[in-house]
Amino acid sequence: MHGVAVHAEERYGIGREATPAEIAGWNIDIGRDGTALPPGSGSVERGRIVFSEQCAACHGDSGQGGVGDRLVGGQGTLASPKPIRTVGSYWPYASTLFDYIRRAMPQNAPQSLSNEDVYAVSAYILSLNGIVPANAVLDAKSLAAVKMPNRDGFVSDPRPDVHNR
Amino acid sequence: MSEHTTDKRVREASRRRFLQAGAALAGGSAIAGVGGSTALAEQGNNLPPNVPAWMKAPGDPMGSQPYGTPSEHEKGVVKNISKALPQYISASGRTPLQELDGIITPNGLFYERHHGGVPTIDPAEHRLMLHGMVDRPLVFTMEDIRRFPSQSRIHFLECSGNPVYTKPYGKTASDLVGLLSCAEWTGVPLKTVLDEAGLQAGAKWIVAEGADAAALTRSIPIEKCLDDAMLVYSQNGERLRPQQGYPLRLLLPGFEGNMNVKWLRRLKVVAEPAYSREETSKYTDPMPDGTSREFTFYMEAKSIITRPSGGQKLTTHGFHEITGIAWSGHGKIKSVEISLDEGKSWQQAELQEPVLTRALTRFRLPWHWDGTPAVIQSRAIDETGYVQPTLAELVAVRGLNSFYHNNAIWPWRIDANGEVTNGQA
Repeated sequence: MHGVAVHAEERYGIGREATPAEIAGWNIDIGRDGTALPPGSGSVERGRIVFSEQCAACHGDSGQGGVGDRLVGGQGTLASPKPIRTVGSYWPYASTLFDYIRRAMPQNAPQSLSNEDVYAVSAYILSLNGIVPANAVLDAKSLAAVKMPNRDGFVSDPRPDVHNR
Repeated sequence: MSEHTTDKRVREASRRRFLQAGAALAGGSAIAGVGGSTALAEQGNNLPPNVPAWMKAPGDPMGSQPYGTPSEHEKGVVKNISKALPQYISASGRTPLQELDGIITPNGLFYERHHGGVPTIDPAEHRLMLHGMVDRPLVFTMEDIRRFPSQSRIHFLECSGNPVYTKPYGKTASDLVGLLSCAEWTGVPLKTVLDEAGLQAGAKWIVAEGADAAALTRSIPIEKCLDDAMLVYSQNGERLRPQQGYPLRLLLPGFEGNMNVKWLRRLKVVAEPAYSREETSKYTDPMPDGTSREFTFYMEAKSIITRPSGGQKLTTHGFHEITGIAWSGHGKIKSVEISLDEGKSWQQAELQEPVLTRALTRFRLPWHWDGTPAVIQSRAIDETGYVQPTLAELVAVRGLNSFYHNNAIWPWRIDANGEVTNGQA
């Protein structure tokens, strides 16, 4: 015997089961409705300190941008010839802010901030945009409840949209 | 004479030959690139009737290049990397399309786009986790992945911001659409691996995540995952380069480059997309009315003339071949038309076989240049009947804020001196 032919519809038996602990360690993405936001909370006040230490070098002291993206302002500019796309003017979901800061920021040391500090920085950026008050403290529930100004600004892809023949 | 001494003499001879060759001028070309030869040196010692120096001594010994590199005389053919980027961790480098022939991009010249730098990954410690709405959540080693039945296919990959809608457009084909490359990819159909885990009812999307510092995340419709998506470990015959996702990447033929997640470590089967930063704040297309299109995945039909193209010069009147590349995320290229008169009339180019689905297709048109100024351009038509639009037609629908998916026709202007420049610049 030199083995048995495997039919395409059968399983190959390759790979091993992923344990719940393994999945939990890597399963870090957060849904737009806040699904999977972790326990903990952070204040705008704390966020101001973390931001100045970890974020301001690239994004500016008040999120005005630098080598990193501008994070603040631009509301009402999307239909103008010079749209300013920021967290405040463009991002449809606040939960995405937490997800992105936790997974990819600060750029020189991603996944180094505590969940509390990620909540705090998220709160600070939202407060700079006037979306939450300066005394806000955000956690899983309150962050998920934030309605971003451009939440309804996205449409599905209608292409092909140029009909030239 | 010892072997060591022989090697040394051979090396010395190679070095002398190199210096001589550098001093002489290579033969002229009818189309010269930037910095190319500008004059013929018919009196050179290496030209007829003389026997060239490189025939009068042995060449470099075997093993002087354990991994080969291009000729010293091609050292200008490198990735096009802007010297004025704000930073280089999240940045891109372009393929020098105007220097290449055929449809395959050499691995060293494949375009790059990174969001958190290029990670150095030990393949023995790399894992792919497949979980979410599946019957059996699984973890795979690279050895596991390579045990699955494999497949090799030729497909292009293109960044959706290739090019932007507003000036400056750049001088060369690479400046313009160099965030485009094409390779033969080897790996496993994603469907094979999904079948291994067993998809559950209601599975509509798969969230793919990279093992880079950006942990880049994109959501892919399940239909694409079950169609022609691949888990890729090799490119043009060799293992992926680190810049292209070593040891494992996702390939979604015809979809915008950013979704083809590199350094792939996780696939999560879900009912709705992740709405990650990339698919909300970045790879969405702003429209003139202030709305933005989301999940604009397909790269529509497109083409570019690469020779003659911007930065090159026609050094003689007479015969020239016009050639370029065409591609469509929606399938095969059906035809390519070329205009020599600013778009007033069009004629069929010849398509070079093979014409493959979602791959670059090389086209050619013989041409006699009489020395008068001309504007040349190409337009692609794909198998769905879609015709590549002009920039004006595109902008009329999408405005100028629509940063991504510019697939407009691009003209090159040839002046009386043979200089080729960007026709829209």
